[in-house]
Amino acid sequence: MGKTFVKVTAEHDTDGKTKPLALVWINGERYEIDKVTDARLAPALKAGGLGMRYTVRVQGKEVYLFEDEGRWFVEG
Amino acid sequence: MRFKGCKNSCEGYCTGRFARFFLFTRPHESAILQMQTYVRIMKIKAGGNVARTILHCDLNSFYASVECLYHPELRGKPVAVGGDVEARHGIILTKNQLAKKMGVKTGEAIWQAQQKCPGLICLPPDYKKYLRFSRLARNIYADFSDRIESFGIDECWIDVTDSVAALGDGVQIADTIRQRLRDELGITGSVGVSFNKIFAKLGSDYKKPDATTSITRENFRELVWPLPVEELLYVGRSTKIKLNNRAIFTIGDLARRDVHRLKLALGVWGETLHNFANGLDAAPVAMVGEEGFVKSVGNSTTTPRDLVNDEDVKLIVFVLAESVAARLRRHGLKYWTVAIHVRNNALYSFERQGKLAGPSFLARDIAGRAMELFRQNYAWERPIRSLGVRGADLMSEDGSFQLDLFDADSSEQETLERTVDALRARFGPYCVQRCALLLDGKLTGFNPKDENVIHPVSFFR
Repeated sequence: MGKTFVKVTAEHDTDGKTKPLALVWINGERYEIDKVTDARLAPALKAGGLGMRYTVRVQGKEVYLFEDEGRWFVEG
Repeated sequence: MRFKGCKNSCEGYCTGRFARFFLFTRPHESAILQMQTYVRIMKIKAGGNVARTILHCDLNSFYASVECLYHPELRGKPVAVGGDVEARHGIILTKNQLAKKMGVKTGEAIWQAQQKCPGLICLPPDYKKYLRFSRLARNIYADFSDRIESFGIDECWIDVTDSVAALGDGVQIADTIRQRLRDELGITGSVGVSFNKIFAKLGSDYKKPDATTSITRENFRELVWPLPVEELLYVGRSTKIKLNNRAIFTIGDLARRDVHRLKLALGVWGETLHNFANGLDAAPVAMVGEEGFVKSVGNSTTTPRDLVNDEDVKLIVFVLAESVAARLRRHGLKYWTVAIHVRNNALYSFERQGKLAGPSFLARDIAGRAMELFRQNYAWERPIRSLGVRGADLMSEDGSFQLDLFDADSSEQETLERTVDALRARFGPYCVQRCALLLDGKLTGFNPKDENVIHPVSFFR
């Protein structure tokens, strides 16, 4: 599958931290993010690219959500 | 005591006996640096304990690694990053390990590389991406020290002397850095650990990719001395020939040679290289934010077609001179000396320089002097492939100097060129141009001031 760019709703707090809340898949369906378990700078080895990597749980599944210079994508 | 003769208004910097000692010949920034270096060399020669731990981190096949990270489908294939063939910049800039195994070399033409390595994938460079990675790598180094000095886009010296007590010895820090480069940036680096900058650099070249090499006071004779002399920083093509002619083939040969004989052969460089080979280099690693003293401002270009007559050269010189002059004006500097660099289509190159009657920051003066130098020194044996123009011997634009009694006042021209700067800032670089540049738009249609990325590379600041 590789790289899928998604629309993201995120919360930016006063410390400059970003927390993704929900993502909209390419088919237009909206998925709430249940939990962010980890956030770090990391390369997207499968999809290609580099950015902040959020390890998020969506409907019980762990997914890597990347933010690469303002664009969000999911690695699959 | 305050040193009175210093031309720079340096508010008490130039005090003490070293100021008197050095300041007659050098501006005060370098006097301070010289003083630090001098004191360190004296301490080392006296056998004093000034154990420094210096890392040199070199990101392996940097451009190619970054491109492979962004193109996962290319992993496991020979990849190189090369310039634009159409614009005659078609040389290999970096290659990955697979391409290296096939014999592809940095600097060779892309068609040569493709003959050696069929199926070589050649990508255009994307400097914005590389600068981002370079910055992120520096951020990692910044967790270990505040003394980080870049040497080009992909290399850095890091002085971790003060972090050793808290973070583990040099090799441990080096391994942590490599691990973090892999985990956070997905690229690999080679790290050299040593007690001076020169050996740290040798260490990072010693084993590639993704390795740590430690060169200590105990093992440097076994590790460094058998290496060929050209591995040493600042032993280039011509110095290598000079040394080889004197039966110096390895770094060890250089280190054991009598320093006075070397001085006779190479001048002051002889002593410097001798010190390098013996591990006596004491140059400090610059602090973060400590900017180098600008010594010259220059631009150069490889032209889209060979230049065949003075008229062609004049066009290119004007484009380059305008960029150099605009950059000098932006930094509030004037130049005394103009230098030109010429390379013909057989890749033979030379540099010539000449002084002006008075300091200036005008494109007119740079271009005029550069053309004079060119006409005096080039007889058109061959067409020209690339040209460079540089302004050196810089001084602050409001500094004082001896005026020429009979020289025409150039303040009108200065106002004119400043006005052109302002117009270009508002309406783009091509809104006002010299008429001559319209003769051959293909040749002169580049903008060296904004298009070129400058990677600072200097060991002696």
